[in-house]
Amino acid sequence: MTQPLDYLKESPSQTAGPYVHIGCVPNFAGIKMYDGDLGASMKTGPVQGQEITIKGHVYDGTGTPLRDAMIEIWQPDAAGLFASANETRGTADPNFTGFGRTAGDMDTGEFTFETVKPGAVPWPDGRMQAPHITFWIVARGINIGLHTRMYFEDESDANATDPILTRMEHQNRVPTLLATKTADGVYTFDIHLQGPQETVFFDM
Amino acid sequence: MSLIKTQGGFITRDRGRQPDAYTPDYKTSVKRSPSAALLSFPSSISEETAPMFGHGMLGELDNDLIHNYAAAGESAIGPRIIVHGRVLDENGNGIPNTLVEFWQANAGGRYRHKKESYLAPLDPNFGGCGRTITGEDGSYEFRTVQPGPYPWPNRMNDWRPAHIHFSLFGHGFAQRLITQMYFEGDPHIKLCPIVGVLKSQEAVDALTAPLDMNRTVPMDSRAYKFDMVLRGRRQTYFENRKEGM
Ligand SMILES: [Fe+3]
Repeated sequence: MTQPLDYLKESPSQTAGPYVHIGCVPNFAGIKMYDGDLGASMKTGPVQGQEITIKGHVYDGTGTPLRDAMIEIWQPDAAGLFASANETRGTADPNFTGFGRTAGDMDTGEFTFETVKPGAVPWPDGRMQAPHITFWIVARGINIGLHTRMYFEDESDANATDPILTRMEHQNRVPTLLATKTADGVYTFDIHLQGPQETVFFDM
Repeated sequence: MSLIKTQGGFITRDRGRQPDAYTPDYKTSVKRSPSAALLSFPSSISEETAPMFGHGMLGELDNDLIHNYAAAGESAIGPRIIVHGRVLDENGNGIPNTLVEFWQANAGGRYRHKKESYLAPLDPNFGGCGRTITGEDGSYEFRTVQPGPYPWPNRMNDWRPAHIHFSLFGHGFAQRLITQMYFEGDPHIKLCPIVGVLKSQEAVDALTAPLDMNRTVPMDSRAYKFDMVLRGRRQTYFENRKEGM
């Protein structure tokens, strides 16, 4: 026998269910609480850098858009600094939270984030990563929240040296992580949970 | 010379203890489950940082579901309970100053939501959501009414055990977690296909809160204790030496 390792184990995940809106975006669900929903606005004043709009849908394996998902994003400011207690490299834009949360449109499922184009941040070995935004998706039928990243189609030089994009075995799946520019300052990023266009999801 | 403790990247998630994406007894998962393997990579600053939410954003009644939606002088109907516990990391450290959000059905098992079709009545004084921020030792507490079990469309006759949904942030976005708390002794626990996605009795037990008579308020509220664990970071020690030694 040996001594037991006394580490704790991460709590098991359970689905957010169809009523996640009650807890996370109650005002969207028609419950007037908290002076507004958390993450509804990522800007608290004039922000530095390029302001952008991200639009997209989350599709299931039949191609049907989810209308009961909750999508969150987390990103640095235009200079690549996070509005986080763990950010030690500098002070982030005080008017930018970096955190967005939405349930999407009640009828179409389309989600929209009004944010800024993120600056680049380093990989643990010091190389720079291509600019990206972290996405987290939960919904009824999703047993554990799905992490992915949105990169920018129009950052091809940075994408060509990104430590993750260049390391992926299935290079034909890289486009599932690229947002397409549909107008000046407007990007589309669709997420496919399953099927031939299935988005690459991460275990980080 | 002394030893300095530093935080490394996040400890690899134990996917063997987490539910799989594809769990056909829970039918909605069938077309919402990725089929390709997840792409593994070490956490970077994008996952090791998380949004900050200060205690200042909380309203006085945010952690009191009995009163936070009730008309003046009224209160929600149902068995009054306190839910309390700690948010810890895998190294056993309390996680301070982290946002905890929770939501639930009312005492009759009915949610306040436009897609809810169960015929149990709405309680006009119950909204069904609340939030709090953990203290320095990772502790949290809120007051509510015990939710009722409810039927849901899956197989012909599936009922959810009484449960409270929880959403947790931690200090790195890699720790983001949504889960559910069940109540000790509920016979629906072993029948429910959503509980059934858990891979072991030990995992079910980890989400089942015991009655905690020590925190009960006599003649007022019973208490349930529910600790939650988020991922931890690798701890490394290095020697702090003077330059050139
Ligand atoms: Fe529920």
